[in-house]
Amino acid sequence: MTKYKAVIGLEMHCEITTTKSKVFSSAKNSYEVDPNVNIAPLDMGFPGTLPVVNKEAVRKALMVSMILNCKQPEYLYFERKNYYYPDLPKGYQLTQETKPAPVGIYGKLKYFVNGEEKEALINNLHLEEDSASMEHFSDVSLIDYNRSGVPLLELVTEPCFHNADETVAFLETMRNIYRYADISEADSKKGHIRCDVNISIMDESLEEKEENFGTKVEVKNVNSFSAVREVINYEIKRQIALKEEGTYDEMPQQTRRWDEATMQTQFMRSKVDAIDYKYFIEPNIPKYKITDSLLEEIRKDIPVLADERKEKYINEYQLSIDDAKNLTKEKNISDYFDKLISLDIKPKDASNYVNTIILGSCNKLDIDIKDLFITPEILAELIKLIYDGKLSKNQAKNALYKAVDTNKSPLDIVKEEGMEQIDNDEEIIKMIDEILSNNSKMVEDYKNGRTNVINFFLGQVMKETKGKVNPAKAMEILKSKLD
Amino acid sequence: MNKDIVTLHKELKDGKTTSEELIKESLKLSHEVQEKYNAFVTIIDDAKSKEITDDLLSGIPFGIKDNYSTKDILSTGSSNTLKNYIPFFDATALINLYKHGAVPVNKTVMDEFGMGGTGTTGHTGIVLNPWDTSRMCAGSSAGSACAVAAGVYPYALGSDTGDSIRKPAAYCGIVGYKPTYGMISRYGLFPFASSLDTCGVLARNVNDAAIVVDGMKGKDPKDMTSWDSSNIHLYDSITKEVKGKKLCYIAELCNIENFENPSDELKEHLNNFKENLERIKKLGIEVTEEHVDKTLLNAIASVYVVISCAEATSNMSNLTGIVFGPREDKDDYVSTIKDFRTKNFSPLIKRRFIIGSYVLEAKNKDRYFYNAQRVRRLLVEAWNKLFEKYDAVILPVGSGPAKKLEGSKEILDDTATALEEHLQVGNFGGFPSITIPDGFINDLPVGLNITGKCYDDENVLNIAAAIEDAFDYKNQIAKEVNHD
Repeated sequence: MTKYKAVIGLEMHCEITTTKSKVFSSAKNSYEVDPNVNIAPLDMGFPGTLPVVNKEAVRKALMVSMILNCKQPEYLYFERKNYYYPDLPKGYQLTQETKPAPVGIYGKLKYFVNGEEKEALINNLHLEEDSASMEHFSDVSLIDYNRSGVPLLELVTEPCFHNADETVAFLETMRNIYRYADISEADSKKGHIRCDVNISIMDESLEEKEENFGTKVEVKNVNSFSAVREVINYEIKRQIALKEEGTYDEMPQQTRRWDEATMQTQFMRSKVDAIDYKYFIEPNIPKYKITDSLLEEIRKDIPVLADERKEKYINEYQLSIDDAKNLTKEKNISDYFDKLISLDIKPKDASNYVNTIILGSCNKLDIDIKDLFITPEILAELIKLIYDGKLSKNQAKNALYKAVDTNKSPLDIVKEEGMEQIDNDEEIIKMIDEILSNNSKMVEDYKNGRTNVINFFLGQVMKETKGKVNPAKAMEILKSKLD
Repeated sequence: MNKDIVTLHKELKDGKTTSEELIKESLKLSHEVQEKYNAFVTIIDDAKSKEITDDLLSGIPFGIKDNYSTKDILSTGSSNTLKNYIPFFDATALINLYKHGAVPVNKTVMDEFGMGGTGTTGHTGIVLNPWDTSRMCAGSSAGSACAVAAGVYPYALGSDTGDSIRKPAAYCGIVGYKPTYGMISRYGLFPFASSLDTCGVLARNVNDAAIVVDGMKGKDPKDMTSWDSSNIHLYDSITKEVKGKKLCYIAELCNIENFENPSDELKEHLNNFKENLERIKKLGIEVTEEHVDKTLLNAIASVYVVISCAEATSNMSNLTGIVFGPREDKDDYVSTIKDFRTKNFSPLIKRRFIIGSYVLEAKNKDRYFYNAQRVRRLLVEAWNKLFEKYDAVILPVGSGPAKKLEGSKEILDDTATALEEHLQVGNFGGFPSITIPDGFINDLPVGLNITGKCYDDENVLNIAAAIEDAFDYKNQIAKEVNHD
């Protein structure tokens, strides 16, 4: 019997990767290139440079705020968070605090844990700038300013999660939202997502409110969802052990870091040593009125998100729940599927191809569906050959498999291998006439009652055309000729 | 070089002189002034002449305060932290002036990053007052004021966070104009306190100041606080028709009975100011006495210290020696940054950083920083209330002529603090504000200031130009006095 329950809150940072430029400068928003090429003078803090707010980043931030059912502020402000670190060239980060209000405050979001619906409570969402990135070597540290000023959204939840499953399920839901709403590629491998996790434990019997919470432990810079899971499980175990030893109450409120190598959290600093960031409103950015019409405009632009798409697939397209779930698991898969539908492929067929051959191939090639060379356009063309009776389902399947193996377009394979069926009646008639005239004895046999020789003729037709003729059609013509 | 811009332009157009000759003369004077008063960080000896067009500024030399970012030209902010910093971009205000054909010939000394009102804290040493070398120019635009007063060129650029253009102008007997906040882009101006910083000009007459700011101003996509002033034509709107204009002065700052132990200088200064008001009335301008709560006036200096230090400590956090500046070769980033800042900032700046940090600390922020913001608003409201009834507020600048360098730390009469610091209200509200010379005390120039409401620069300059004409101090060049 467990005597304790965990209370978990998250700070989830996600870079906005879909704006052209950085959040306060005109440099390109992209750092997966050579170091120190996408930099404006502001990104290195040169004297006299000034921030200019990227409207597109603000729009995207407000869109996320709406999706999270947050309240949007009347005026937009930015604040300076002052501290010294080599990756922070201005000596302060432009961010938003809770007063005045950031782009979003007090929201909530439905999410599912193993099929069960839950609600996450959002404390606030703010738009800020990323720092430069650093690489540390034994004798030097290198700074890459490409990342300096990349737009970053920080989402702060209430302490509303109780275990790793809930926390990670929420993170996955958020990742989907960022992808579906075209906010971010949200790839933690590329460093787009970084989390701080706050964990405490409390007696299970007590009511879940602030005065009953245990001592908050913040674990910083947890950079993958699997690490979030590890951190939570590790900390719960560690904190319960302290309770059992009777030393939990001596533990100060503290910040810890996750060490991937040892799979342990390590003490960084206690609350008493917390940094005073001396926040104040950035005077170089005049307060900006967020009008209702701007919000309406943004609201109209919110794309159909995962849950909505899933419902559509089930209700409108009559797909099974499992198929719909698989198709909406990733935005790129869902986009691929939707593209097929828009190209007049029947939903059931589209679902079958995507869920089997296409996703199977992506797995095999270890690539994202959006990078698969068999684009929805190519696949749609192939499927249409079946619709037109020019290709059998089996042939299509074979062409696809072969395409994946050889990295060739399945359409080319169909042509090269002569898979396409001959549906030109005249051509078939001409061929049959020839076969019949070459086998006049057997024609006579047929007419004398040996009707099974018709199968020989059919065999000949299939042989001549290498199987490219629809057998039913050939039989029909043969019969009309012989009878 | 002691002529005004319009005259110089005419001579250039008429072929009486050339841009080359003007530049040569200005450079020669620069070296002389440098020798005598130490006004420059850099003299641009290879300055190239420009084509003479119909543009009034074309081909005419000028000076630039060393906190303007100048491409390929050393820009130090008069600080050791940037003693070798050569920017790769020009400030927007300069790009605008260059389009008008203006030719920079030097970079002028200032108080380090604009902090300090004495002209004594620059890393290249003290700037001396060209009227009396035992006195200061005031600051922070000390070198610019000195050079313009000494006749090196008709104008030099300054920047004004508290009174950094308008006070040195008074101490050097010239004109100093700080336009409405945001009229001139601050992109490329090294920041001191961003909510107060304003680019502006020091010149020897109001017309010249108007011509120069016409050339500097304009909305800049790189500065979100800049605004479109394309419908404002400062020089063209100077008609000097001022009949019926209304000015007020504040009794608490101008009437001698409000000061406990007024010095003789202060008495003369206020007396001179009052006499000038009579002359101004003769122009058909109404001048009225008004009152502002003394408690509020006495808070000006504290509000300024709190806000400007808080913003400055943050603004100058980029000076770590990591990206630019003479980097310290230390084993870890903390000592790299700490040693750089400890070595290279002057004690005065460090004190201000400590004040700025202190007032922003979470536990002090409400008591100091937020309260300062509240009082700033009250002061701005008080001035705006005056602007409902008057075109502008007219006040004496400081409590007399330039102060002595030796003993300049003498504690001032406390009751004169508000008089010394009231120009800062112009920065609190972003108001257009201009200082013009209004007389002499012991052969040393003194000035008065006219401040109007935001965006009303044309009106303020027009009034100043009319008043300037009624006085005898237009276009004056410093004449060194010797009191010994």
